[in-house]
Amino acid sequence: MIKGKFIDNLPKVYGIYTGGFIGFIILMAILEQAGVSAKSIGIAFVVFTIAIYAIIGWLSRTLQMDAYYVAGRQVPTVFNGMATAADWMSGASFVAMAGGIYFKGYGYMALLVGWTGGYVLVASLLAPYLRKFGCYTVPDFVGTRYGGNAARLSAVLVLTVASFTYVTAQINATGTIASVALDIPFKLAVYVGLASILLCSMLGGMRAVTWTQVAQYIVLIIAYLLPVFWISNKMGAGFFPHLMLGDEVARIAELEGQFGFVKNSAADLATVPKGLAGITKAHSAVNGTTWGFISLAICMMAGTASLPHVMMRYFTTPSVKSARRSVAWSLLFIFILYSTAPMLATLSKLSLIDPTLSTGIIGKSITDVQALDWYQNWNQAKLMFVSDFNGNGTLELNEFFMGGKAVVLATPEIAGLPYVISGLVAAGGMAAAMSTADGLVLAIANALSHDLYYKIIDPKAEAAKRLIVARVLLVLIGFAGATIAAMGIQGILGSVIWAFDFAMSGLFFPLVLGVWWKRANGPGAVAGMLLGLASGTAYLIWVRNGGSGFWGITQLTFGIVGSLVSLVAMVVVSLLTDEPDKATQAMVDEVRVPSGKTILGKQH
Amino acid sequence: MSKQTQHWEKTRTLLFITLAIWFIFSIGIFFFGTEMEASSFRPFGYPLSYYMTCQGSLLAFVILIFWFAGRQEKIDEEFGYTEREGD
Repeated sequence: MIKGKFIDNLPKVYGIYTGGFIGFIILMAILEQAGVSAKSIGIAFVVFTIAIYAIIGWLSRTLQMDAYYVAGRQVPTVFNGMATAADWMSGASFVAMAGGIYFKGYGYMALLVGWTGGYVLVASLLAPYLRKFGCYTVPDFVGTRYGGNAARLSAVLVLTVASFTYVTAQINATGTIASVALDIPFKLAVYVGLASILLCSMLGGMRAVTWTQVAQYIVLIIAYLLPVFWISNKMGAGFFPHLMLGDEVARIAELEGQFGFVKNSAADLATVPKGLAGITKAHSAVNGTTWGFISLAICMMAGTASLPHVMMRYFTTPSVKSARRSVAWSLLFIFILYSTAPMLATLSKLSLIDPTLSTGIIGKSITDVQALDWYQNWNQAKLMFVSDFNGNGTLELNEFFMGGKAVVLATPEIAGLPYVISGLVAAGGMAAAMSTADGLVLAIANALSHDLYYKIIDPKAEAAKRLIVARVLLVLIGFAGATIAAMGIQGILGSVIWAFDFAMSGLFFPLVLGVWWKRANGPGAVAGMLLGLASGTAYLIWVRNGGSGFWGITQLTFGIVGSLVSLVAMVVVSLLTDEPDKATQAMVDEVRVPSGKTILGKQH
Repeated sequence: MSKQTQHWEKTRTLLFITLAIWFIFSIGIFFFGTEMEASSFRPFGYPLSYYMTCQGSLLAFVILIFWFAGRQEKIDEEFGYTEREGD
């Protein structure tokens, strides 16, 4: 395949791919009607899509340095937007987000606001300037702007801590989905997931990850939207759910008022399987404190702007202008999924709790509910549970428990959609988790191979050797991530939020001030990164171990502490030490000019 | 004042405007969650607070970044800093 030709033909190539995927869905639907088992269809979906990604990964193999690190800097604006959206939307966004909204309502929506608002910071404060810089990795920018190995090394440290926290969650998610879809034990499924992730990234680095991520975006967005539109139409809730669920939201509020939120006793709750939750919070009403909402949104926004796997996607565009536009496209593609999640949560909740609907289970007799096919399936999968706490024989709102993942995974089945949709959803979840894991593993491996190995340990290494080191590190990091994921320490969402806080603590101000404050210097940046990361981590450990915390900052928002310390440390140390030399100041001026040559050469 | 300084000043002004709008939709309005909920303005029949968290603010960010990118391109053109695509 000729590279130039491939770039010119992108709309056609991905058009055919999308058509082919839809054809595959129809084929599976026909096979289902013909009597092929649900299990085989699930396996076909997951195996087929992973095979496609692996083929793309193979076709994109490269021995070129700038193709491996930044996809040759020729990814068109809109396609980079799609790739970024896939890179960004993790297994958590896909599988757990609608569930979070379902259970926590307004308080959880701070994450949606934060995870989209952060892109305004990316577009206006950072992405175009880092693109102008011409770096391969985020520590590459830090190391060159602030000068010296200490700054570079600190950036590598923050990047590794944040991204590694995140990647274990993603490998965990691929494992969860693979184990359900392929019906294999979780511990094995984690390594199957890892193998798929490495297939996409190992041979072609950023170039391969870019083109698989575009393919993964197409799969995940179809898999997310199709069931929601289908369910909405089937329930008669509205042809276009996003604009038409006003009555349904009001109906849920009415039902909540009617049922009330009865508090269960601790003894009753102890009988509920771990990880399942009941509906205890209002669906649409404001149900949290103002500061709780705003502090979480702030952390997610600053974290978004500091996560290296997102930032490095904007290094792959052909120009500064296209980097800026690409951020807008990324957010548009993300918006399409994020605005759908609350609608799915609404439809899912209403279909379960409204006694006037045929799918509603609240108010029915417990034995009837326990006899339902889908209840038995998901109860067996440990994602659903009912219990007659008050012994009256009917199911009350406070007697129904569900896992967060079930909102996305089980709703199609509850609404009576054919199994082919469940298979599609599994493939979508896999695509979401894999694409993010790819981006993260690559971000870590590239930082270690380029910034630690090449720039610090062996600056004389030849291109071929550097690319081998990069690949070996990729495999090692993948395995380390999978090993930790297999132990299953934190839930999927918990570790994702921590990753944002870690990134924010250590990198937000050093990156932003690197562009916007000429006076910022090396010692200041090192102090900012290290003290920010250390204080954020210390606060997290303190709160985790029963510390009371202050200012209402929880273990989910510890980035506020970290980044404030980072800001103060950076400003104070910068002002106490010498200002950056003339060459560095000239470099900052140059970064601010959007045209002309990049600061770092094409090969560096 | 050199061309470069002028360009940077305009860029900075645009940044402040962008961040001000960003602040309103990401933080500012959420100081008034309960007021928004009680508001009689209900887009598409949703309570305003609910609508802003699931579509309103998100959409505002999308439009804001497209607008910001367009404005910045105008500034760059004005000072002759436009790049040729794919150099």
